[in-house]
This record gives sequence, structure tokens and C-alpha cells, in this order.
Amino acid sequence: MFDIKDIYEAKSVKDAVSHLEAHPNAKIIAGGSDVLIKIREGKLAGCELVSIFKLDELRGVELTMQGDIKIKPLTSFSHITNDPVIKRYVGVLGEAVDQVGGPQIRNIGTIGGNICNGVTSADSASTLFAFDAEVEITGSEGTRLIPIKDFYKGPGQVDLKPAEILTAIYVRKASYEGYFGSYIKYSMRKAMDIATLGCSVNVKLTEDKKAFEDIRIAFGVAGPVPMRSPSAESAGRGKKINAELIESIGKAALEDVNPRTSWRASREFRLQLVEELTKRALKKSIELAGGAY
Amino acid sequence: MSVGKSVKRVDAYEKVTGRARYTDDFLDYNPLIAKVLHSTIANGKVLSMDISEAVKIPGVVKIVTCFDVPDIRFPTAGHPWSTDPKHQDVADRKLLNTRVRLYGDDIAAVIAEDEVAAAQALRKIKVEYEEYEPILDVFRAMEPDAPLLHEEFPNNILAHSGYEEGDFEEAIKEEGLLKFEGWYETPIVQHCHIEPVISYAYMEKGRITVVASTQIPHIVRRITAQALGLPWGKVRIIKPYIGGGFGNKQDALYEPLNAYLTTQVGGRCVKLEISREETFVSTRVRHSIKFHITSYVRKDGRFVARYLKSYANQGAYTSHGHAIAAKGGAAFKQLYSAEGAVKADLYSVFTNTPAAGAMRAYGIPQITFAMESHSDDIARALNMDPIEFRRINMMKKGFYDPFSQNENYYDSLNAVIAKGKEYFKWDEKVKAYANQTGPVRKGVGMSIFWYNTAVWPTSLEASTCRMVLNQDGSIQMQMPETEIGQGADTVFSQMAAHTLGIPFENVHIVSTQDTDITPFGTGAYASRQTYIGGMVIKKTAEILKEKILSYARSINRIASADLDIEDGNIINKYSGKVLMSVGELATEALYSMQAAEHITAESTYQCKTNALSMGCCFAEVEVDIPLGKVSVLDIINVHDCGMLINPKLAEAQVHGGVSMSLGFGLSEQLIFDPKTGRPLNNNFLDYKLLTALDHPDIQTDFVEFYEPTSAYGTKALGEPPTVPPAPAIRNAVLNATGVAINEAPLNPHKCFAKFKEAGLI
Repeated sequence: MFDIKDIYEAKSVKDAVSHLEAHPNAKIIAGGSDVLIKIREGKLAGCELVSIFKLDELRGVELTMQGDIKIKPLTSFSHITNDPVIKRYVGVLGEAVDQVGGPQIRNIGTIGGNICNGVTSADSASTLFAFDAEVEITGSEGTRLIPIKDFYKGPGQVDLKPAEILTAIYVRKASYEGYFGSYIKYSMRKAMDIATLGCSVNVKLTEDKKAFEDIRIAFGVAGPVPMRSPSAESAGRGKKINAELIESIGKAALEDVNPRTSWRASREFRLQLVEELTKRALKKSIELAGGAY
Repeated sequence: MSVGKSVKRVDAYEKVTGRARYTDDFLDYNPLIAKVLHSTIANGKVLSMDISEAVKIPGVVKIVTCFDVPDIRFPTAGHPWSTDPKHQDVADRKLLNTRVRLYGDDIAAVIAEDEVAAAQALRKIKVEYEEYEPILDVFRAMEPDAPLLHEEFPNNILAHSGYEEGDFEEAIKEEGLLKFEGWYETPIVQHCHIEPVISYAYMEKGRITVVASTQIPHIVRRITAQALGLPWGKVRIIKPYIGGGFGNKQDALYEPLNAYLTTQVGGRCVKLEISREETFVSTRVRHSIKFHITSYVRKDGRFVARYLKSYANQGAYTSHGHAIAAKGGAAFKQLYSAEGAVKADLYSVFTNTPAAGAMRAYGIPQITFAMESHSDDIARALNMDPIEFRRINMMKKGFYDPFSQNENYYDSLNAVIAKGKEYFKWDEKVKAYANQTGPVRKGVGMSIFWYNTAVWPTSLEASTCRMVLNQDGSIQMQMPETEIGQGADTVFSQMAAHTLGIPFENVHIVSTQDTDITPFGTGAYASRQTYIGGMVIKKTAEILKEKILSYARSINRIASADLDIEDGNIINKYSGKVLMSVGELATEALYSMQAAEHITAESTYQCKTNALSMGCCFAEVEVDIPLGKVSVLDIINVHDCGMLINPKLAEAQVHGGVSMSLGFGLSEQLIFDPKTGRPLNNNFLDYKLLTALDHPDIQTDFVEFYEPTSAYGTKALGEPPTVPPAPAIRNAVLNATGVAINEAPLNPHKCFAKFKEAGLI
């Protein structure tokens, strides 16, 4: 039994927005794999809910006329992993979300919920950061589009104003075309776990595959919100690939991150993982791109 | 003849199709729901409680606080009762306690019409505390200025025992001895049975019935009555199928409180289901133990003197208490011998952490982790093969323990090691993994163990069995030893069929224990089910068989000595001629106009023996040094548990035990905030119980030596599989990296720190 005061089943995005305006304390529920846990723990006990789960208009993945990938927020993790567009153009995202929880959670949990929950450990987030994804937010005054890095405001805080809903995530063609990526989730178990550290890397190699034309490196749990590492990226961008370079990129990543010591892991251990996972994810990405190190 | 065959479990179809009913499945009407209020401090006293807001929540029926319950302290350990007051368990808690001894102590309970109302009321209760320093560490607890958890136990020491065999100080004077010493530590872990702790209670004709997920219905009846101050016959306990216990449910947990709560609402049915988060903290855990071992060894590897000091974290309440540390002490002196002397000092110390009780293998996983880590440390320093080092010192055939009168009838340890060594290609691997460099390295390790099957002579060992013959020649059998997932019902049925000479499917075992109906016995614990159960089944089956044959003689006019039962038929022993089926006989007996008789048998068997069960584990690991990760690539347990009644079930026992030890060795640990004593990871996300993906394929093998003291040649297998894997893994990591990690679990946090300290990172 869940302690829920009221639940409203929205009929459209517009309907959800107007209901949220009328009920400013109401929480949005999609798959429920985060919200229901908070209700059970008592943190959201007695809450009002607006369910958007039945809004099929918010479900699915599309390739737009411009070649951008539009991921609608209610798409479940397992659908993302198995989606032909995702598999073909941004396979690493499908692999990343395939590491969330267990099969049941991946069937019910949605990528939109994963992001809107605002936690640094979200398995989808670091990869979306690495692809410079943009998010579309809809409210009563229309929609706005912002880079994902601006969407995250702080731990558990995202840029959703009252009565606003995340309605799409875009990965632009320029961001994925020619890029190859790899995500490493470091966790204590091989399933049913949250990341101690997540590292998502994608690279674009020069035509001769000998140098990085571009590099993007993102982390989860390396700070209060998912983040990119500009130092590591610029340490590699345009450089010839060799073992030494990979080492120095790994080291450079340490300049940007700021993990904390908690009972889940020490800062020192997380720093070790930042460096090591960066190198390993880079190597894997280079291999996928047809290069060698 | 069904003994020795891998017959299907008698409950297999019911369980896999979901038809088997567990405690919660019997509640097909709406009971009242109870929830417990737990303290939010670790050490202190409840000064007052304000329930005025809570009682106003619609649906709340009754709230009882620690100030309302009977002023009766009771023991909770699932030991057989002792009529000698000196051997009785420590009675140190009430149903609800004003003196708070852990973060999560039970201080009030709400009874409501539904779960939501109960939870809402819990949040509205205001508690005023007097707070003391939370004591989480055994050494801090023993300091003179530490606050006492229980006034009767100075220095927070529940018990200190020890022994010295030989003269230690004399023995260490021998010239040329090498001294080794080390500290070893094991974590607080929890049983993590899938079915949480649950019961419901109601009253009928002035008596209380509690239906509970327990391993020990007859013991819980006694404890519940003691806790409420009732005559024992006023309490009835029913135990349906249970979803695992592993020793946690070998304690009276919330059954006494549940029984009390129904009395507070006029006997209405009250359900009390404990959540996973509560189960971790407010039921029982495995003792975390710190060990210090000192060894004096000759250059050839022979032990001359050994000294063990152990400090067991008892947690907030006594539960099974010092029995765990004491069993570890027995293993220490029996697994290995020392030519000169062996000595031990064993402490059990109260702290403000969850009460430590029984958990699968009862102290032996802890001491074995310490002892077997220490063995490898010595072998490594002496540059000896770890197996050779063990062979020189380990228990030999013919060993005799005057206290238990246990005898080691076979060379079991050498036999199991030989099998494990061969499967593992030990010598080749040791050679292949020597002198590795690089970030990812492999290693092999092993360990051996000692295990005592049952509890004689420390406690009572008696059981009672009832068999009732049906018209068709089948029987109902009732046993007080409980099915807790281990397959007891199946092997009991196999034994009964075997001795009676009837087909396996003609034995209908009554799985549910009901203290109003089930014959007396103490339930499922230790590794005694096939051992003790076997004895009473054999005795009862022989009585029933004799009655059947005697009736057969009277109607066939043949000397019963000439008759036997085979495959459900009465036969002439000499000619093999079938005279009649047991069914025909039973029908005749029940409806006979001349000599009507209901053929039944019931008997008690008191066992005054025990048996040594032994085995080993071999493990191969891959260590990813920069990531601090240990992966187990291959693992095998080899056991001498006597004869196998059901080889497939035996294998399954080993799989479960190894799995539990993988978690104990690699990932599981309950942790607390050092400042407040608040549990930090009491849920399945943060407490790292391993998933199926984290397991290697688990290999099993057996050496079948017939145990002479046992009715069917068996001895312990329920608990032993969970003893040796953790130290074998620890030793494999040592073999791979040269780094000795003496604190379980070897999780990445610890490995990273140790590898860094050793200069590998």
C-alpha cells in the first residue's frame, strides 16, 4: 500500500501542464521507479501525483528530417537499448541504459525520469552529456530548448519550473556523426546497482585513424551532478594517439572532477576510477572507431 | 530404496507453481496491521513518549509503548530450554524497551486498520530521549569509562572463556621457533532470507495462536509464553512454508510482540510484517569478530604453540551470545594441532549495533577466515606449498575429543583435498601464476574446515516422530524438524520409505508444524536435521514396520520373523512371495470385524553423539588491480558429509552455502555512521548481496565416508558449505598479488587501499 493522497491520469501534455498549474504541490510520475520508492520511504508520503505514463505521444525514438535523434522521455530503458535508431547511431546510449538496475526496472523506468530525478549517478546522463544532448521542456507558455548541462542545477535539482514537463531529448547529427563511444559503469555488482563512477567517452578520429579529431569525456558521480572534463578533452583533441597520450588524458581528467568522500566510496578511490576508467573507455572507443593505441 | 537417489523434492511442484502457501498467503481476510516504532538513537533511554497526535490518525486502533508492556525480561535464543538455571539463555529484553541499546531498538508499536494509517501514526509519535555515547567498537566497549549496555555485565563483556592445553609459556621456549602473529577481522553481515520476518496472531478460547515464519515453532512457543508470562500451553505456534531463515529465524524475533499485540485488541488478528530495512537492523546479524592469532612454528612447518584471542561483537542483546565465539574456539584447537600447547581467550562484548545471533555455520566462517588466512601467511613466509603446510598440522584420522566424544573415523581432510587439488590442477596453476606482473593477475587459494554436526553435549538433542498408516498403505509422517528450504521434508520422506520398505511417493510428510499437533522437537538449526531427524525416523519406522508385520503375521499365520516389507508389499523373506500389499493389510486392519486396529507409531530418540564434518574449498581469482576488483573465475567445495541421502539436494546446499560465503568474502557488510550508530546501508541496493551475474559456476564434489554414529551414515552439510570459500578467495588474492588482506570483505574499497599501500597502484 502506498500513501498517496491523489493521482490524476493526464490525457495530454497540455492537460498535464494545466493540472500541474492547478495543483502546484503535485509530483509528476512516469514509470514510478523513483517516485514510488520515495513514497514508501515516507519522503513523499501523502503526496499528490500527476501521471503522464499513458501519454504515448511522449514515447519512442525518431530520426528527424535533419538527421537529429529525438528521444521522447517516456521511452523505457529497454526500448532505448533495442531501438534501431539508437543502435545504429548512438549505440553507446543503449549500452549505458542497459546497465540500469535489473530487467524489471529497465522495462518500467524511463529515460526522462532518469534525467529529471537529477542524480549524478543516472546511467543515461553521462552519455547524454558526452553527446551534448539538448532537452526540450514544455510549459503553459510553450517549449524551450536547453543544453543538458544547463538542465542540471544541483543534486536532485533540475531546471523544471512549476508545471513544466520534459518533452524531448535531442542528440544532434553533428554530435554523433563520425563519433564512436563507450560507457563504463563502475559498480560493486554486475547488476542491480548504482554507479560508484560512470564514465562515457566518445571520439572522432582523423581520416587516417591516427589522431583524435575530437574527444568528449563525461562522468557521473565525479561531482554533485554529471559533468564533462574540458581539461581531458583538450589534452587529447587534435593529438596523435599513443599510449602516453592516453595516460596524460587520464591524468588531465583529474583536474576537472570533484568527487566527495562518502560511505559509498572515498574521494581517493573515485579519483583513481576517474583516471582509470577514462583510459579504458578511451581505448575502447578508439578500437570501435577503427584506431589503435 | 530411495535413500541415495536424487528424487524430486516433495514440495517442488507446489513451490515452482506458486501454490505453496507462506505465512502471508494464509491471510485471506483483512487483519489489523501492526508496525514497530524504532529508536533513532543508538544508546540511551526513552524518557517520554507523546502519542496524542498519532492516535488521532483515522484507522489507528491502538498504540502501545515501552511504558505499557509487561515488566518481564526474556531470552530470545532458539536453544533448547535448559532446566538448569545456570545453562539458561540470558533474559535481557522486554517486548518493547525504554533502555535503548541500538539505533533501531523497538520502543512502541501501532496497530491500525491498514498499513498507511500505521505508517502515518509512527511518524506522529514524539519521543524524548536521554542520550549516551554510541558504542560501536568492542575495544571501546571494554574501556572502564564506556557506558554499560546491561548493568549486570561489567565492561560490557557478556562472557569471557578460554582454555590452555599444554603449557604455552613452556612450549614457546623451544629453540629455533619462528613466531607469526596477525589480526584478522570479519564483518557484520545479515542472513538476507527472501521472505522477510513475518507473523500474524489471534486469540481463540483464551489462547493465542501465532502463525510465523520461523525455523523453531516449539521453541518460539516457549519463548512467547515466557515473554508474556503465560502458561506455555496457552500459546500455539504454526509454521507454514518459509522463505529462508539461515539462523535469523532460529530466534524468537517478533512473535512474542505479535502475540502481545493481539491481546491488546481483544484477540483480533494482527499482522506484523517486518520490512527489509528493519530486518537488517532489528532482527539478528552475524557476529563480527576480531581475531589475534599467535603461532610458534618449527622451520619444517610444524605448529608447536598457538594462541587465539577473539573479540566477538555481540551487538545490543545476548541472543545466542557466547556460544558462537565458543564454537570458534573449539574449531581453533581441533582443526590443527600443536605439539606443545594451544591456548585461547574468547570474549563476547556488547555494543550498540544489531544483536548478533545464529547465522549459518555459527561462528565457524569467522574463525576459519582468520585461521586459514593465518595458515597461508605462515606457509608463504616459510616458502611452503599451503597444502603441504596444512597436511603437517591438520586433524588426523583417529583424532578423539574427550568433551564431545567425537572421533575422526577417516582421513577426511586428505581425501577432500586430493579431490579438490586434482579438479583444480593446483600444482600447474601455482606454477603458472608465480611471478606475475601487470595490472590484471590471477591466483589460486584454498582452505579447509572443521564442523560439528549437532549440539550434543552442549544442549539437548532429542526429537519425536509420528507415523500413521493409511488405508492404502501410505503413511502420514510428522516431524518437529522443519522444512526451511533446505529439503528436509524430502530427505525425511526418503529415509522413512527406505526403512519401511514402501515407495517414496507413499510417504506423505506433513510440512506444517503446529505446536498443538506436531510431536515435540526443537526445529531446524545447526546441521542436525538429517542426523537427528534420521535417528528418530529410523526408530519410529522400525516400530511401525514391526506393528505392520505383526498384524500381517496374525492374519497370515506366519512367524513375523519370516516376513518383510519390500516396495509396499508384505513378502515372505525366504521365498520372496508377495502375501499382500501394505495397503490391503491396512484396510483390513482398520475395518476388521475381528481385530480392528489403527496402526501408528510415535517415538522419541535422544541422541548423545555428534559428528565431525569436514571439507575444503579451492578458488581461482582474477584481480584487476587498478580497479580494486576481485573476480572469482572458478570455485569448488569438496565435502565429507558422510553418505548423501539425495545427491542433487546436497549439491544445492553447497551452491547456496558457497554463494553466501562469496558475499561474506567479497562484498557484504552492514555499516553504521560512526557518530550516531545509524545504519547506513540496510537495504538491498546499498548492502551488496551478490546477484546471479556476480557468481562463477559453483563446482561441488563429495567424499562419502559412512558416519558410524548416524542412522543413515550422514553428517553436517547444511552449514559447512558456507565456511571455506571466503578464506580460499582471500588466499587466492594473496597468491595473485602478494597482498594479504586480513579484513573481510575484500571489496574494492579495501582492495584499492591495500594495493595502494603495497605500491601496486
